[in-house]
Amino acid sequence: MKSTRVLIVDDEPNIVISLEFLMKQQGYETATAADGRAALSEADRFRPDLVLLDITLPELDGFQVCEQLRAEHGSDMGVIMLTARGREAEVAKGLALGADAYVTKPFSTRDLVDTVHKLLGTPRCSGG
Amino acid sequence: MSGWLVVVISGCYLGVLFAVAYWGDRRKDAGRSVISNGTIYALSLAVYATSWTFYGSVGRAADTGAGFLPIYLGPTIMAAFWWFLLRSMIRSSKRHRITSLADLVAHRYGNSAVLGGLVTVIAVIGIVPYIALQLKAVSDTFALLRSGAVTVSHESATTPVLQDTALYVALSLAAFTILFGTRHLDASERHEGMVAAIALESCVKLVAFLAGGLYVTFGIFDGVGDLVNRAASNAETAALFTLQPHTSYQSWFWLIVLSMFAILFLPRQFQVAVVENVDERHLNTAIWLFPLYLLAINLFVLPIAIGGLLVFGRGDVNPDTFVLALPIATDQPLIALTVFVGGLSAATGMVIVETIALATMVSNSLVLPSLLWFERRLSRTPVTSGPAAAGAGLPLASFGYGGDLGRLTLRIRRTTIVGVLLLGYAYFRLAGEGPALVAIGLVSFAAVAQFAPAIIGGLLWRGGTRNGALVGLLAGFAVWTYTLLLPTFARSGWLPESFLVEGPWGVGLLRPEQLFGLHGMDDISHGMFWSMLLNAGCYVVVSMIGRDREPRHFATLRVGTELTGLDGEPAGLSRVSVDELQILLQRFLGTEAAKNVLEDYLRARENPNSPLATSRVADGELVRQVEVLLSGAVGTTSARVMVASVVNENEPLYVDEVMDILDEASQVLAYSRELERKSRELERATAELREANERLQDLDRLKDEFVSSVSHELRTPLTSIRAFSEILRDNLDLPGAEREKFLRIVVDETERLTRLINQVLDMSKLASGTVQWNITDVDLGGVIQDSATACEQLFEQRGAQLTVSVPPCVPAIRADRDRLVQVMLNLLSNAAKFCAPVDGQVSVTLCTEHDDLRVDVTDNGDGIPPTDQERIFERFQQGPRAGNGGDHGTGLGLPISHEIIRHFGGRFWVQSTPRHGATFSFTVPMQPIRAGRKADV
Amino acid sequence: MRHRLISSRLAAVGVLGFLLLNYPLLSLVDLPLMVLGIPLLWIYLYLVWGALIAVLALILRKAE
Repeated sequence: MKSTRVLIVDDEPNIVISLEFLMKQQGYETATAADGRAALSEADRFRPDLVLLDITLPELDGFQVCEQLRAEHGSDMGVIMLTARGREAEVAKGLALGADAYVTKPFSTRDLVDTVHKLLGTPRCSGG
Repeated sequence: MSGWLVVVISGCYLGVLFAVAYWGDRRKDAGRSVISNGTIYALSLAVYATSWTFYGSVGRAADTGAGFLPIYLGPTIMAAFWWFLLRSMIRSSKRHRITSLADLVAHRYGNSAVLGGLVTVIAVIGIVPYIALQLKAVSDTFALLRSGAVTVSHESATTPVLQDTALYVALSLAAFTILFGTRHLDASERHEGMVAAIALESCVKLVAFLAGGLYVTFGIFDGVGDLVNRAASNAETAALFTLQPHTSYQSWFWLIVLSMFAILFLPRQFQVAVVENVDERHLNTAIWLFPLYLLAINLFVLPIAIGGLLVFGRGDVNPDTFVLALPIATDQPLIALTVFVGGLSAATGMVIVETIALATMVSNSLVLPSLLWFERRLSRTPVTSGPAAAGAGLPLASFGYGGDLGRLTLRIRRTTIVGVLLLGYAYFRLAGEGPALVAIGLVSFAAVAQFAPAIIGGLLWRGGTRNGALVGLLAGFAVWTYTLLLPTFARSGWLPESFLVEGPWGVGLLRPEQLFGLHGMDDISHGMFWSMLLNAGCYVVVSMIGRDREPRHFATLRVGTELTGLDGEPAGLSRVSVDELQILLQRFLGTEAAKNVLEDYLRARENPNSPLATSRVADGELVRQVEVLLSGAVGTTSARVMVASVVNENEPLYVDEVMDILDEASQVLAYSRELERKSRELERATAELREANERLQDLDRLKDEFVSSVSHELRTPLTSIRAFSEILRDNLDLPGAEREKFLRIVVDETERLTRLINQVLDMSKLASGTVQWNITDVDLGGVIQDSATACEQLFEQRGAQLTVSVPPCVPAIRADRDRLVQVMLNLLSNAAKFCAPVDGQVSVTLCTEHDDLRVDVTDNGDGIPPTDQERIFERFQQGPRAGNGGDHGTGLGLPISHEIIRHFGGRFWVQSTPRHGATFSFTVPMQPIRAGRKADV
Repeated sequence: MRHRLISSRLAAVGVLGFLLLNYPLLSLVDLPLMVLGIPLLWIYLYLVWGALIAVLALILRKAE
């Protein structure tokens, strides 16, 4: 059974760790990237079903990555944007560029997981 | 031919003229003017052609060939300039109710009564010879016609006065003119009937002359060719084909100039061209039609002259009479009669218009002003105002003429007409026998030419003053009298001949016709030369000398705007009631006319009040209107004086008005300049405000960015803290190692957060200057050592080496020790973070540099690209590749250190070459060295 | 303004007339010559005179 794959993109290692833990707990396969370019190459390689995408990234910023992902992978890939900046302009921009959801930091773990579920569907039970 | 027949026919002709004049006046009263027509206007101008043209030209042509012509060429040339000159004269005159030459001159120079009087005197004296020549022409031709003998013996010189035809001619002309032009007083001094009659008269004389000319050319001879052929074979007549040697070019030139002036300044020309003008658009026709008329009437002059010479030869028959003599001699009584009537027409036309014009001048500009002056001198009674005393207070009351002042004026004019004609007769008897008609006429031309500098100068040159005009006129007139008038008496025997030949009292230089030795000119050119020279010269010189003292009246004549104060009221005018003005008007125009005038005026102003509420105060406009109306009847000068005396005001209005208006105008000007200045200032202030606003907006944006940066920075550690805390809460069965790891992250991030918050607060305090500085003596060396010790662990972790080189003796500085430690820690931790991952080297040195202590912290990392070297000192900007798994910078470290060093008065900078590490340096100024103040190491 | 144009044209005609009908130009035609059986001077004077009048009339006709 092919499990759902989630790509985590953030330049803060600790946040990556927390997100990885949460996704793994839900039974998803995870990959990580710490900057925009790495994110795009990982997306090509890993072919995730969902991307948790931070805005403030070195190299390319989250908006550009999102744009490219949409261009290359269409709507096969779900994108949730994460950012510490909660301004309405940013939200609108993100959604306009094709993000499916937008989560502001600091986030509630439960809310994040619920959003992920909405986009991916409830996962089957993973073993253990 | 029977003398009585001639008289009867003449009488009939004059009767026709009179009838036409009467009809013209009646039509005007009915509102249907007959003369409102460019052609009629041009024909009325043809009153220029008098007996001189009719008879005199032929006489002149018989002597000089084409030498008679300049008198008609001049007006043609002047016609071209009429468009400008005459038009402005007409406009000015209409606007200011100027009704004579004297009025024009007086008005232009500040309503000077003296000037008006002088012009009148000159005009009268100057025109007398001209009148004489008309009388001479009529009486000579009358005698010729009656006797049928073409060789007229010169008996008239010895004829007793009472048997002299000329006297009766003069008297009848006087009576005729009085009937024509002084039946009533018109405020505008216009005589539409007279103009109609003159236009008819012009046609008559043209037809008559053409008839005579055609008869001579084609009746007596076989056309022009025949005439010329015959003339060519006769030595005498052949000489007339050219101008030389009988006429000099000089003379020709002066005659043209003279006639150019004459067409403007002859009183009769001014009367018909300016005063009688109905519509200035008629000028458009006159400019070419009048010269055409002159051309037409002069076509046959030369043929007639030659014909006469060929028929009569020279000597027995007066060439002046050729026009009449030829038909008489060839037995053509009808043609002769026609010619005579034409000649009579020419003479009558001239006399009527000229004497009426002169009479107007004499009454308005000479007699009335003198009477008023006398009255003021003699009576010296204060003028009272108010309806009851209105009658007593009016001028000339003391003369007993309580009745209509208008009647007085008319009486004056009638006397003048008779007087002028009698003077003309006198001159004729005294000096008119000998000379040819043209010669006499030219003397008059020269007299009126004296007006040229004053009038033309007055129109074109603002600088012309009253005194200048006065002196110029006097000088010119004096020269004219001496060089032109007196010689005519001398030639007739009333002055000794030696006067001419040797000069007065034998003084050769003062010979009237060779003044100061100037010879070679004929008498007219000579006279014109000297008189114009002195006239114009004095005018210009005296005007320029006295320029400052005289007020400027130029503008009012040319521009013709009525001056009022800014609120519509003329400045400086006292109050007068409408009733008083009405009484004044009544005296001149009659009760009916006065009432009509006032009612019209008030109605035109849409006054809702009853038209003749006599206790009402008259406003300035009404007063001025009354003045204008009166000036039509009595001349501007007199009108002013009269209105002024009623209004109880003595100053001439114009000067005060102009001054007041100038004052107000300059005030307004100053005010508007002030306004302009204020508005410019306002613009500047607005621009500055806009700039400041933009700056504020920039700062605001920066602030927003700062706030959003800070919030971003704060949220990042918070995110980890919250996430992990929640994970720990929701996963109680987490393996211990993971639990520990997560908890540690929480603690780390909390510390990070705290650090960040502290730094932000620090930065903000530093920026706003609210930091508490604890300034003590600080040993910088010690600071460095302590900082190095504190970072030992960090360096160990990084595997980098730290070298510190501090001189043993470091001068103390005044600073905040903790802050210096903060700076050192920041630099050292940065160096540790950014030095080479393997074999990292960091060195710290301290030395003195001028008056400062300098610290350098060098690492061997990748260096900082030049583009970033300034950026890293900005808040929240981190260098490339921040961190290596180690702790993250806040981006505030360097800005804070920079602030701290700056506060101490030092400099803080970086030097770096990419791939060759970086050196951060700062200086701190040392204290001025105080003796014995050296810190121990 | 047209007024000024007319004024200056007319003035020009005036000046021209003054020059044409005066010395020195006059001395050129003041010769005992005959043109069409009429003395040169006379023809010249009347023709120039007539021409001036015609030009004046023309200028003013245009003004109407």
